[in-house]
Amino acid sequence: MTPVYEPWDAARGADIIAEHASLEGATLVILHALQEAFGYVPEPAIPMIASALNLSRAEVHGVFTFYHDFRRQPAGKHVLKLCRAEACQAAGGDALAARAEAKLGIGIGNTTPDNRVTLEPIYCLGLCATAPSAMLDGRLVGRLDEARIDALVAEAQR
Amino acid sequence: MKLRIFVPRDAGAVAVGADDVALALEQAAAGRGIPVDIVRTGSRGLYWLEPMVEVATPQGRVAFGPLTEADAAVVLDAMVADGPHPLRLGVAEEIPWLKRQVRLTFARCGVVDPRSIEDYRAHQGYNGLQRALELGSEAILADVTASGLRGRGGAGFPTGIKWKTVAQTGADRKYIVCNADEGDSGTFADRMIMEGDPFVVIEGMTIAAVAVGASKGYIYIRSEYPHAVAAMNAAILAARRGGYLGERIGGSDHSFDLEVRVGAGAYVCGEETSLLESLEGRRGIVRAKPPLPAHKGLFGRPTVINNVLSFAAIPFILEGGAKAYSEFGMGRSRGTMPIQLAGNIKRGGLFETAFGVTLGELVDDIGGGTFTGRPVRAVQVGGPLGAYFPRALFDTPFDYEAFAARDGLIGHGGIVVFDDSVDMARQARFAMEFCAIESCGKCTPCRIGSTRGVETIDRIRAGDRVAENIAVVEDLCNTMKFGSLCALGGFTPYPVMSALKHFREDFDPARTRLQAAE
Repeated sequence: MTPVYEPWDAARGADIIAEHASLEGATLVILHALQEAFGYVPEPAIPMIASALNLSRAEVHGVFTFYHDFRRQPAGKHVLKLCRAEACQAAGGDALAARAEAKLGIGIGNTTPDNRVTLEPIYCLGLCATAPSAMLDGRLVGRLDEARIDALVAEAQR
Repeated sequence: MKLRIFVPRDAGAVAVGADDVALALEQAAAGRGIPVDIVRTGSRGLYWLEPMVEVATPQGRVAFGPLTEADAAVVLDAMVADGPHPLRLGVAEEIPWLKRQVRLTFARCGVVDPRSIEDYRAHQGYNGLQRALELGSEAILADVTASGLRGRGGAGFPTGIKWKTVAQTGADRKYIVCNADEGDSGTFADRMIMEGDPFVVIEGMTIAAVAVGASKGYIYIRSEYPHAVAAMNAAILAARRGGYLGERIGGSDHSFDLEVRVGAGAYVCGEETSLLESLEGRRGIVRAKPPLPAHKGLFGRPTVINNVLSFAAIPFILEGGAKAYSEFGMGRSRGTMPIQLAGNIKRGGLFETAFGVTLGELVDDIGGGTFTGRPVRAVQVGGPLGAYFPRALFDTPFDYEAFAARDGLIGHGGIVVFDDSVDMARQARFAMEFCAIESCGKCTPCRIGSTRGVETIDRIRAGDRVAENIAVVEDLCNTMKFGSLCALGGFTPYPVMSALKHFREDFDPARTRLQAAE
């Protein structure tokens, strides 16, 4: 299923921030909520969060950039995450990752020029006994082999 | 009579088709006019047999697996007829791999419906809390101490002492924090229990709250585990509705409530002080200790912070099992450890057993060696910061001290098996690379040493002044080990040094070139 995101809207952003601002240590909760709505954390949201939580812009920027999950710009239409950690390496994950890179014509960490697929590393999905594994737009796939990775890549390209 | 069929909704089972199997079973039953009740459980942890489905029979729950959608109709017929089928595994609890385990923490996982508090209660759930409420703080602390339970996150600190410290520290507010940031590759026990028996985690945390006088708890779950987040949130709602969270829990004077917080992809947040920073809404930068979190933890208040498995072990202990728990194990490692067998392994999954089982038994006997059929060459125990062990050390018993004595660690109990195609210089490089990616940046040896480590191992692999550069790596490791505040910088040397020590031949450029030519 392709996730559907709203275009950035400052009023909507302000509502999301206000909804969570009273929580203890709300910064990550707000960043997650914004990304869930818009698909990324739009730059104008940073000073808005800072003002709502009585923090400096630098502090919020620091949090936003510290965590791997938060995006500065929208990802491709589909996000394919390949587990690159040791259990998947032991089960042949490196060769499958190289295969996915070759099929998509991009390296891990990039988006295809047509903006269809973002290929990302993930350090452990916790599916280590059914390795190698991947996640396509939130759907988990284990026991990857060449046929399965090809099918996943083809699905992502559609 | 309705046929009761159990299909896991565990992420590991779903990743290999459990949802499709559940749907196919439902459709096959509808097509045949057979009334069925499909219960979505957690996983029993026999992952090479997933999706493994079970059907309730007078003899017990009979298992079939591994199923595909295509098998569903025929398996359903075999269930109805109680007849033979090539995928029939017999009564689940009699499967030798499951039968030889000691399931104290995971007793209910894969058995109960994780969304049903009634099912949890029907399987001894909340007996531990009930007794804890009768006992009161001091006696709870005595039980936890007597059980010998040590922190299952990896550090192995005695849980009873940690709780007692928080109980004795005066404050206007105290917190219970569950570390569910299970980032180590090769580990999935936290995920499994949160998805398969979330109430046991809630109950363990609630008992901790009663023991130390805390009113609020957080479960910090990594974002890579969306299924666990959903399961925990559903269970918290159910517990609140059932009067087990919120005001006056279980009719007592204690109030305690819980909230799930989701991480954001930073491995270092599995380190407890970094996790607390993250919970407070900041960058996950490690704090110096002291002060200990038990004195000044979340928002500067006394905080019990424990791993998921530590909390999940508590209900059994408080149900009157402290002595029984402590009778399992060896040396100072008491009780059971949910061990996770992963990577290139024939029979991978969760194996809960008393401490003392040897690495060789786990890998060869229980795990069955590699699924590629090639010889086992190395196993990494304890996640990305754990040492690589060669076959020569397979007599090491699973015990905190025994692993430490051999320059390793048991960590969170994950074992990743590699066959003889592994290039250990490459694995050593990955350990440094991972540390460079995930370092929070606070300590220079970790932040910069890891990057220099990658560069230096690259030089070794290219055949550039090998002996000198190996000396540089060893020196770097020493600086990282003693110059970092937390285990990320401090333990990255374990995989690197163990690779150098036990698999030195892989750092020989002649061999590297030979492999590249293959």
